[in-house]
Amino acid sequence: MKRSGQDWWGIALAVLSGAAIVIALTMVFVYAPREATMGDVQRIFYFHVSSAWVGFLAFFVTFLAGIGYLARRERRWDIVAVSSVEIGVTFITMAIITGSLWARPAWGTYWTWEPRLTISAVQLLIYVSYVMLRAAIEGPERRARFAAVYGIVAFVTVPLSWFAIRWWRTIHPDVLTSGEGMALTSRMVQTLLFSVGAFTLLYVTLLRQRIRLEQATDVLLYLRARIRDL
Amino acid sequence: MGVGLSLHSYLGKVWAIIVKDVVAEFRTREMISAMLVFSVLALLIFSFALDLRGAMARAAAPGVLWATVAFSGTLGLSRSLAREQQNGCIDGLLLAPMDRSAIFFGKALGNLAFMVVVEIMLLPLFSALFNVPLLRIGVLGVTALGTTGYAAVGTLLAAIAVNTRAREVMLPVLLLPLVVPLLIAAVKTTGGLIEGGTLAELGGWVRLLVAYDLIIVAVSMLTFGYVVEE
Repeated sequence: MKRSGQDWWGIALAVLSGAAIVIALTMVFVYAPREATMGDVQRIFYFHVSSAWVGFLAFFVTFLAGIGYLARRERRWDIVAVSSVEIGVTFITMAIITGSLWARPAWGTYWTWEPRLTISAVQLLIYVSYVMLRAAIEGPERRARFAAVYGIVAFVTVPLSWFAIRWWRTIHPDVLTSGEGMALTSRMVQTLLFSVGAFTLLYVTLLRQRIRLEQATDVLLYLRARIRDL
Repeated sequence: MGVGLSLHSYLGKVWAIIVKDVVAEFRTREMISAMLVFSVLALLIFSFALDLRGAMARAAAPGVLWATVAFSGTLGLSRSLAREQQNGCIDGLLLAPMDRSAIFFGKALGNLAFMVVVEIMLLPLFSALFNVPLLRIGVLGVTALGTTGYAAVGTLLAAIAVNTRAREVMLPVLLLPLVVPLLIAAVKTTGGLIEGGTLAELGGWVRLLVAYDLIIVAVSMLTFGYVVEE
């Protein structure tokens, strides 16, 4: 067993993503101009979009890891799948909360059945079910296999949900469409792109740490079993 | 010739599984009777909860119909797969010399048949109780399309759910978030038809239903083998 030394990659990634988030925050509050109609509350938009992006990215990674597991049957694919899904659930929850905080002053209500907000909520429910499913299955091999199948079927429904929820709302057009005409200046676009990049870096950092945690758990279980056998 | 023969024997195996389920159901009558009584109870509850009369009944009918179908469907699905599990029937099926996808199609078509039988009794009852014209060729077609996708993904997820600690509790939690696009499309199409629309006008929704069915049947067929492999 490898002796655990300093995890230089982990430290470097953590420092880098920390710095990127600080720069992104500075850009959001200083660099990006004040939005004309919505005012300062619009600044939540940058982290809102970034959180949603990381959520969907994480679920996509879980989907790919599920395919990888079924093809190779190696524990490391399952570790990636479970690590990514937990981060995804966290970030999609953040996207929904920031969306609600934004909706309150912008549209006068915490929740609207706006398509993107609704699909985020549906995704959150799907992947909360995924986590519940894992908790209800005995045996690591079976857990990995079932979770992989569910992760694949669940992700396949994402584009279908997207179409369904979009059409469902556009048949009854409401005031929200006026909010969609938000004109982005180039500084706003730069801030958004940088925030998305910073959040993606943060995702990679968290994913790496979560994978190491899962590996450490495996090692611990293995050692415990060996002690019992002595 | 060879291809035609092997397709013939494949369909023969699928048919044998369907017949086995139908015979078992005919002898016990536990699934269909439970689904039917549950459906009637659901109609009763909805009619109290929403005060379904006149225009209100017309407006709420598609939603009430599909909620009833979805909930009674989960009842039948978990029973159907639990039955395989209980007396080790699934082991016999797995030992039989046939492709795993044949087991999937056999079980899914059997479940589809049970749901259709319940719907055949539910639709006229619904039309009579709430004075809503549901017995139209278009509504029947949409019901068939919606039930097909529901039975397909439901069979796959029920096979997963019966192997978890929570069993019957797990199925609706796994299944309902994945059928959101199906239910939206089915409710919208049914509603449009009740309001006197034609299938051509509702083409987008019908295409979405067909796309959902095709994609979900393909993915469920491909992944089912991984669920039942032990």
